[in-house]
Amino acid sequence: MEAKELYKEIILDHGKNPRNFGKCENFTSDAKGHNPLCGDKVHIYVNVNKDRKILDLSFEGEGCAISLASASILTDIIKGKENAVADKIIKDFLNMIKTSEKLTLNSLSDDQVTTLMSLSGVKEFPMRVKCATMAWHTLSNALKSKI
Amino acid sequence: MKIDNIKKDFPIFKEKINGKNLVYLDSANSSQKPKVVIDSISKFYESEYSNVGRSVHTLAVKATNKFEETRDLVKKFINAQFREEIVFTKGATEAINLVANCFGEKFIKEGDEIILTELEHHSNYVPWHYLRNKKKAVIKFARLNDDLEIKADEIQKLITNKTKIIALTHISNVTGGISPIKEIIDLARSKNIPVLIDGTQGAPHIKLDMQSLDCDFYAISCHKIYGPNGLGILYGKKKWLDQFPPYQGGGGMINEVKKDVVTFAESPIKFEAGTMQTAEVVAFSESLKLINKIGIEKINEHENKVLNYGIQELKKNNSVKIIGNPKKRASVISFTIKGIHPHDIATILDDEGVAIRAGHHCCQILHDKIGVSATARASIGLYNDKKDIDALIGSIEKCKKVFKL
Repeated sequence: MEAKELYKEIILDHGKNPRNFGKCENFTSDAKGHNPLCGDKVHIYVNVNKDRKILDLSFEGEGCAISLASASILTDIIKGKENAVADKIIKDFLNMIKTSEKLTLNSLSDDQVTTLMSLSGVKEFPMRVKCATMAWHTLSNALKSKI
Repeated sequence: MKIDNIKKDFPIFKEKINGKNLVYLDSANSSQKPKVVIDSISKFYESEYSNVGRSVHTLAVKATNKFEETRDLVKKFINAQFREEIVFTKGATEAINLVANCFGEKFIKEGDEIILTELEHHSNYVPWHYLRNKKKAVIKFARLNDDLEIKADEIQKLITNKTKIIALTHISNVTGGISPIKEIIDLARSKNIPVLIDGTQGAPHIKLDMQSLDCDFYAISCHKIYGPNGLGILYGKKKWLDQFPPYQGGGGMINEVKKDVVTFAESPIKFEAGTMQTAEVVAFSESLKLINKIGIEKINEHENKVLNYGIQELKKNNSVKIIGNPKKRASVISFTIKGIHPHDIATILDDEGVAIRAGHHCCQILHDKIGVSATARASIGLYNDKKDIDALIGSIEKCKKVFKL
């Protein structure tokens, strides 16, 4: 796989124009992720209500196109979901990145599956896997989930 | 020996990287190895191997002699006064840790001051940080100017009667700037303050003369001078090494061991506890012989031509910003490209077989100062030529296409 195939249109778009960037109002929990080897940073903010629904989700951070796109896509897809559903999506996504398996959840729309799968190319670039997974691990810390 | 065709002496350049010829611009990270070094390692293990400095059998004597011959070669390479001033370590990092530990143990007390600079690699900061915590010492950082240069007067400003040591880099692994080390050493000498030079990036490019430089310590990384991994050198003035306590305890470094008392060997053996990197030390002599055959000044002259060409070509590109503008510079160019993160640059360049480094290059203090978390870095070794720079420039254009800039 050539590197240019890694940088799919969806990734370049989310990397250049990250969605839900900044600190969301009334966040109830947050977590920071840091890759000391390359200096990439992410800070995730979540607003979870008493019914464990994620009302709002945003991030701040700096890093490469892959890490920004991954965090941006994460916020787009997870926002509005139940905490338990979010846990399943995180687990499914990390499994997809680490193995060759496809996403298994059928609660996602075709568009969402396509968007998440755009990040699957990092498997071919082992040094870049952490760029794609850091925001997801950080979200899981913010939700204090056991994934 | 001619430098023009030197790539043929480094087997790695026969390899294809993603189907392309290797354009290796990461020598400041680690240099590639010439065939003579690789052959020396296998020859040593095949027909000459033994531990050194212990047994009396034929192989042990031969291996010990070869090991110690490298020490003599290093002494000559850096023009040290005594062979006892050459200590083998596992790297420049360990060389600096050794000084921070042993000097710190004996000469640093609460409130004493250590002067570093904002340009230092983590390996010339973190060991002093440990010492600061252990002894409640103070670290002062000499500020860089706008061109990211170290100036002697910034160091002078920080010197007080509590200053116990000054430690700074010879050449920055980010800007390539050459520090005015002679001026700083002379300044320190006038105030009786010892100086450690982190020569990790200096030794591969600049002719060294410890006696005329007159520094107290100079740390060298052998894998950056076309030598094996896992090996470094601490040059330390005899008067210091003789006073230092041992760094680590173990076999080989002792004089006499009793249940209630242990006495130690003389320097440098005092600092070489346990089984040393025998094949690596022996093979390193081949790196030095290769450099001596070409001549370090010739290497420097050749690398400067490639470096200046690189700077000139990168400057033509409006979206490229070069980090720092030191007037005296060697081997290294760090840069950013507007709109593309350095890691993405490095991944796309790799498609073209162009190997560079991206990240903070273990210099977070410098990156914080310039307000970027990462930069891309091309660094030049004796085997690079202008064609490598052309490949770099071409692949940067490809990056911009991928990112639609």
